[in-house]
Amino acid sequence: MRRLALILCFLASPVFGVEPDEVLDDPALEERARAISAEVRCVVCQNEPIDSSNAGVARDLRLIIRERLVAGDSDQEVFDFLVARYGDFVLFNPPWKPSTYALWLGPFVILFGGFAAVAVALSRKRGAVTEGLSAEEQARLDALRKKT
Amino acid sequence: MNRLFFALPLVVAAIIGAFALWGLSNGRDPGAIPSALISQPVPEFTLDPIEGVPTPGLATADLKGQGLTLVNVFASWCGPCRAEHPVLTRMSEQQGLRLVGINYKDRPEAAADWLEELGNPYALIGADFTGRAGIEWGVTGVPETFIVNNAGIVVHRFPGPVVGDGQRRFQQALDTAKAAQ
Amino acid sequence: MIPELGQFALALALMAALVQSVLPIWGAARGNTVWMASGQATAVVQAVLLIFAFGALMHAYIVSDFTVLNVVENSHSLKPMIYKVAGTWGNHEGSLLLWVLILAVFGAAVAVMASNIPMALKARTLSVQAWISVGFLSFMILTSNPFERVFPPPLDGNDLNPLLQDFGLAIHPPLLYIGYVGFSIVFSFAVAALIEGRVDPAWARWVRPWTLAAWMALTGGIALGSWWAYYELGWGGWWFWDPVENVSFMPWLAGTALLHSAIVTEKRDTFKAWTILLAILTFSLSLLGTFIVRSGLLTSVHAFAVDPERGVYILGLLGVSILGSLALFAWRAPAMEGGGLFAPISREAGLLINNLLIATATATVLFGTLYPLFLEAITGDKISVGPPFFNAAFIPITLPLIIVMGIGPHLSWKRADLPGVLARLKWLGVIVLVATLVAAWFAEGGPLLAVISMGIAFWLIGATAQDWARRAKLLEPGAWARIKRQPRASHGMSMAHLGLGVLMMGAIGASAWKSDTVSFAEPGTVVPIAGFEVEFVEVNQVRGPNYIAQIATLNVTKDGDFVTQLFPERRVYPVAGSTTTESDIRQTLAGDLYVSITEPASDRAEGLWTLRLIYEPLVNFLWLGSVMLVLGGALSLSDRRLRVGAPRRAAPVHATPAE
Repeated sequence: MRRLALILCFLASPVFGVEPDEVLDDPALEERARAISAEVRCVVCQNEPIDSSNAGVARDLRLIIRERLVAGDSDQEVFDFLVARYGDFVLFNPPWKPSTYALWLGPFVILFGGFAAVAVALSRKRGAVTEGLSAEEQARLDALRKKT
Repeated sequence: MNRLFFALPLVVAAIIGAFALWGLSNGRDPGAIPSALISQPVPEFTLDPIEGVPTPGLATADLKGQGLTLVNVFASWCGPCRAEHPVLTRMSEQQGLRLVGINYKDRPEAAADWLEELGNPYALIGADFTGRAGIEWGVTGVPETFIVNNAGIVVHRFPGPVVGDGQRRFQQALDTAKAAQ
Repeated sequence: MIPELGQFALALALMAALVQSVLPIWGAARGNTVWMASGQATAVVQAVLLIFAFGALMHAYIVSDFTVLNVVENSHSLKPMIYKVAGTWGNHEGSLLLWVLILAVFGAAVAVMASNIPMALKARTLSVQAWISVGFLSFMILTSNPFERVFPPPLDGNDLNPLLQDFGLAIHPPLLYIGYVGFSIVFSFAVAALIEGRVDPAWARWVRPWTLAAWMALTGGIALGSWWAYYELGWGGWWFWDPVENVSFMPWLAGTALLHSAIVTEKRDTFKAWTILLAILTFSLSLLGTFIVRSGLLTSVHAFAVDPERGVYILGLLGVSILGSLALFAWRAPAMEGGGLFAPISREAGLLINNLLIATATATVLFGTLYPLFLEAITGDKISVGPPFFNAAFIPITLPLIIVMGIGPHLSWKRADLPGVLARLKWLGVIVLVATLVAAWFAEGGPLLAVISMGIAFWLIGATAQDWARRAKLLEPGAWARIKRQPRASHGMSMAHLGLGVLMMGAIGASAWKSDTVSFAEPGTVVPIAGFEVEFVEVNQVRGPNYIAQIATLNVTKDGDFVTQLFPERRVYPVAGSTTTESDIRQTLAGDLYVSITEPASDRAEGLWTLRLIYEPLVNFLWLGSVMLVLGGALSLSDRRLRVGAPRRAAPVHATPAE
């Protein structure tokens, strides 16, 4: 616990990512493989895609991804293969499912919440300044003041 | 209403704080990854025996209808494996558990020497030279130990060495599995 | 002896902070000017003591005093001197000391420099600042003493990580901290204003230079960190949406929103509660960053080694300061609105949209960063939220923001003439649109989003330049005199907005049109990339001060013509027992050719090297844009209106009671 050097996962052995002997001959397949492995999280080295990780398992997974692509799997099938073994954790791109609805809808809710808040604040301000309190509001305010 | 509006940041911050407090509490390991295999049948794999070791190899079929089985992923190059080896040996002997091994990415000679030196408590050992079976099992590192029930269903995955506090937690999981058997 | 003096200075600084946290604010409540004035003395004393303590620790590093545990763990006698010095803050304890030092220096700066601020406001601000000091000083003294001794002293230290022995990284943390901690002053001003119950244009103007200074440092710090990752980690990436990066990005976003909303408060006496809230949130997000990096709450590629116990302590500090200030906000802010009205089309409205979008972006980054924690707490599931999510959520929020950013400066306060402004920008719009379409056609099914974003970046640059030229009446005689006469702050704005456009070009170019190859190489191997041919000539072994390097020589040619030679290195540090990759880069404005060598992972490739080539188009625009952002901030900061004159609070007659 006392050892507090900055720990960078890269430090373990800073080699990085794809090795020449992994590269597929078919450039289209290779491109798909790179795209997939950029979105798969390494299970050993935290928070790194396997595409740039040097962990042994990451290399194995890169090779498996390429094997499966060569065998004719679709991208989705490759992801499914990985998820079946390592769970959703390995996906940097969280799948659309009940546990992530909130995640994907969150930004929209925040944005529209913000718009609504601004609209309310502006309209209230305009109302307050231009009209003042209506007789009814004044009565309610007086009532409230008496209560407290 | 107006007041609530201004209290919103406070509420949000308090909620985040509560989650953060939970996140720091009782030995949560942020790096731990839950296994996708729990409650799933044992994955399909077939492994040959280690060259030069008389113990037979290991395949999916060997894990069905054989009672509670511990599947230990080990390697001679892995320090913690050495530490947990006597613990697992004793556990399987004293509790009459079937212990099988997956020798992960190891040279056969090194694995044979290792078993020679420390003893061989495994009923079956599959040599996973390429690490492919390890991936089928969702292994992230060695050592790892799985508990498989009589029906061939994975009921628990334990990453890291079964020693010290780990041994206590592993025994708990084992007891639960026994009770369910 | 010196380390003990350093520790003693820490304790004295805590005393000073304790006095300062009570006396001035009490004096302000009682109207006692002597008590109020005491804050200025204690703030300076605190800063001097902490400078001494920091100096003591740095001295221990410079002379390699291995009786101090912290030095043993993070230094080595063979290390180059500059990295011995930088080692002072390259660890948890030392960086915390730097953190409180900066906090105290900012406090002292307010005490000494801000002579035009009313005494009561200043006294309250200094007390609030001291509350933060007390929290962090006590945290350091109780849990993270940098001066702890070790006996018997070892013969030598454990070295600082070779990867961290880098000039960029040596100055990255101090800059980042100046940014983070600089926002503490703004926070203290905001809390003091809430206690006083009064926010007016004068307040906004007093706060602005501090916000600007902190924002500049944070901008520089983030850019440096990104730059370091780019050239040192050796894979050509510069932003990974990692939690630790996100927590430095959020205060930057919130600080940017604050800069803009404070302008509205200053010029139009409105957005008051919002400005106060942003001031609180910006520093709160900075604190959150400190907390997440040091507690290990989230897993990250770069983090200090973690200690949950310390995490709980910091969380407690955060709880008190953030929840306390937000509770104060909930209590006092509702009485604060009022002020100038504005039409739906006006500079204010433009800035409102700016703030809304930036706030949404900040909240989105926060939500995405913490979502895995939320989900794990509720369901136990562990998921990862990575770059695909952040790109998908962040880019659609940012693009409209950039479009509005082009128009905003053209709008006038209160009520703007939108048709007039649009007519003025019509030709620019048409040109950008046509250029984008042409580019899209040339990119042939290339990433369409990148082409559109590039168009939007051009729009921002063009619209900003046009606004600047219009204000200066560039084509009429006497333009230079007009430019000189105009407030520096407005030039600063133009510069910063241009900088963002330039930065955006770099970000788009380097992520959308990047190309890379990886191959085995031996002398004689030729690899083509992005129109270049790279020939692997030879590898030589060279000894450095504390490492041994293998240096490769690469000849780069284009169409047979010699372009340059590159020398990527592989270094082995025997003491630290680690290796690093020193890439070499041919830098041009058009793009970087980035080369690195490593040993192959496969044992079948004996005697070969793994050669990685990356071509990053426009990547230097990222750094250029960052420099322009900082320069824009500096220009604004040098505006004389911020330093002298105006900050006199208007007579109470004008200060209409709230509500």
